[in-house]
Amino acid sequence: MMSLDSRPTTSPQQTAEVTSAAVDETSFLLTLRGEWLLESERPRVADLLTELDSIAGCERIAFDTTKLGAWDSGLVTYLVEIEREARERDIAVDHTGLPDGARRLVELAFAVPERQGARREERRQGLMSRIGNSTLEAVRAAQDWVRFVGELTLSFGRLLRGKATYERSDFFATVQEVSVEALGIVSLVGFLVGVILSFIGAVQFESFGAGIYTANLVGLGIVRELGPIMAGIIMAGRTGASFAAHIGTMKVNEEIDALQTLGIDPIDYLVMPRALALMLMMPLITLYADLMGIIGGTVVSVAILDITPVLFVEQLREAIGIGDVLGGLFMASVFGVLVALAGCQRGIECGTSAQAVGEATTSAVVTSIVAIVASCSVLNFIYTALDI
Amino acid sequence: MRSLQTHITIRDLTLAYGDFVVQSDLDFTIDRGDVFIIMGGSGCGKSSLLKVLMGLKSPTRGDVLFNGQSFWQDPEADRQAMLRKFGVLFQNGALWSSKTLAENVALPLRVYTELPPAEVRDVCSLKLALVGLAGFEDYYPSEISGGMRKRAALARAIALDPEILFFDEPSAGLDPITSRRLDDLILELRDSLGATIVIVTHELASIFAVGNNSVFLDPVTKTMLATGPPQELRDHSSNFAVRDFLQRGTATQENNV
Ligand SMILES: Nc1ncnc2c1ncn2[C@@H]1O[C@H](COP(=O)(O)OP(=O)(O)O)[C@@H](O)[C@H]1O
Ligand SMILES: [Mg+2]
Repeated sequence: MMSLDSRPTTSPQQTAEVTSAAVDETSFLLTLRGEWLLESERPRVADLLTELDSIAGCERIAFDTTKLGAWDSGLVTYLVEIEREARERDIAVDHTGLPDGARRLVELAFAVPERQGARREERRQGLMSRIGNSTLEAVRAAQDWVRFVGELTLSFGRLLRGKATYERSDFFATVQEVSVEALGIVSLVGFLVGVILSFIGAVQFESFGAGIYTANLVGLGIVRELGPIMAGIIMAGRTGASFAAHIGTMKVNEEIDALQTLGIDPIDYLVMPRALALMLMMPLITLYADLMGIIGGTVVSVAILDITPVLFVEQLREAIGIGDVLGGLFMASVFGVLVALAGCQRGIECGTSAQAVGEATTSAVVTSIVAIVASCSVLNFIYTALDI
Repeated sequence: MRSLQTHITIRDLTLAYGDFVVQSDLDFTIDRGDVFIIMGGSGCGKSSLLKVLMGLKSPTRGDVLFNGQSFWQDPEADRQAMLRKFGVLFQNGALWSSKTLAENVALPLRVYTELPPAEVRDVCSLKLALVGLAGFEDYYPSEISGGMRKRAALARAIALDPEILFFDEPSAGLDPITSRRLDDLILELRDSLGATIVIVTHELASIFAVGNNSVFLDPVTKTMLATGPPQELRDHSSNFAVRDFLQRGTATQENNV
């Protein structure tokens, strides 16, 4: 395998040559010799131009190709460039000396004049305009979000009034996708996080004879923070990404346009059932992740500390209040909404190419994770202030 | 039989993507029962114009009137009501890929009618049979050929017996026989449904076979060059570009009148 960008250039076997001679004051004869192939070493047009420009009053260029060997696009690109430069300088190019095929290809290349304004200039931007543009871009992204949240609120209103068009089956399919089908990974990650947490706790607390407090660390840590965060991040990677890819592909395929021409609001139809399913299921998944984490923590603590399972569970029960559990579950619900919104929003705003779908998916996951961590901090702040 | 009655009026329409004007100053009318062709070279804005007509893209200026009623100036609710009377065939079919053909045809019926599921199913089978896809109810769009997808999309477009059918390049990517059959089907539907049909296409064979009125959009001047029956434009248009297009680039300058 090799990269297309860095292939070693094989040393050319053939060479192509051009010599120029002035026929009279105003015309110029180019004699082409050798093999004019893409892989040959070919003269550059620029060299010829400097020569041309040094002669004042050149009005006509002709070709002599009697000694020309094999040729391909290597010759044609050269000729086209000469033609273009010649036109700019008001020099006539006489094609009669060229091989028939090459002459026709050059004429074909100029048959359709370039559409005015079609070429996209790649403008180099100064630092200031780059800063300006990225600021505008950020403002636009923020506006998109605000608009999306607004539309979602309206859509929720329609749902409550029974005016929204959606498929109940979408709701249940999402419920299944985020629950039953995710149980495996949630179990594994939940259990292992419990194990890791209790390892750290057990070793530290044991060193000053308070090993039993591992239960507090594991219990509170998982129920209040890590359970919801784990579940949220798993959902961001699994479900949020799948929402973005699914809706994004529908966009590329004009399927969303097809919905709109039926008068169906894509937010009602696609986003609402998914967001609701995730919002309702996240607390359940989190409860399950909590349980797995606590089992993992218990197993390790009992194994490496000198305590019985009963004692450990007693300590857990004392450490975890109902407020901790409910706080964690509420947090999970918030994460569920954020993941669904990020996934669906990226899908709906997706461009219309395969690459855009890829970008939408990536950006859905990144946005979800950032939103999860940020909202977790905010919620913790509120919980502390409210003394929950 | 056809009463010459204006169905769709395009009034002083300009369409743009941001600052990029695609077409401007479009002014023409489409009569009831017309098979109206929107033609012009690739990239001249045919699909964009169709998007404005069917409510997917708002115009920069101007308006579209259906039965004399404004589409873009009226409140959202009226627009929704008008949408119900449209049937749309997208350039790539745009069937919902996670639904079977029957479910695709069923969705419009489920949105706009209160039919019980068994009856919806019957109507879907009928519509699929009309386009020659009887027996394919439970296939997914990815399991059938391109021509069949176009026809399935047509079945979905006629699910609600629309007053106006919009087609974006119905015969693109189809072999000549299949595309000929699609043309026949379009005419058949016009006669049986009594619908007005608006077709974007640049297939000359189709244009002359089905179209009885047309508009020609030009990518260079970014406006319409002519409107009228395609045969007439081909033979007598005062505009060379229009004649040249309709004569496959063989028009001669001298019969320029
Ligand atoms: N979503 C879009 N954003 C920006 N420009 C677009 C978009 N869609 C189409 N265009 C541009 O508008 C012009 C007309 O496109 P379109 O209506 O698809 O042409 P046609 O259907 O006649 O081939 C093209 O130049 C195209 O580049
Ligand atoms: Mg198009």
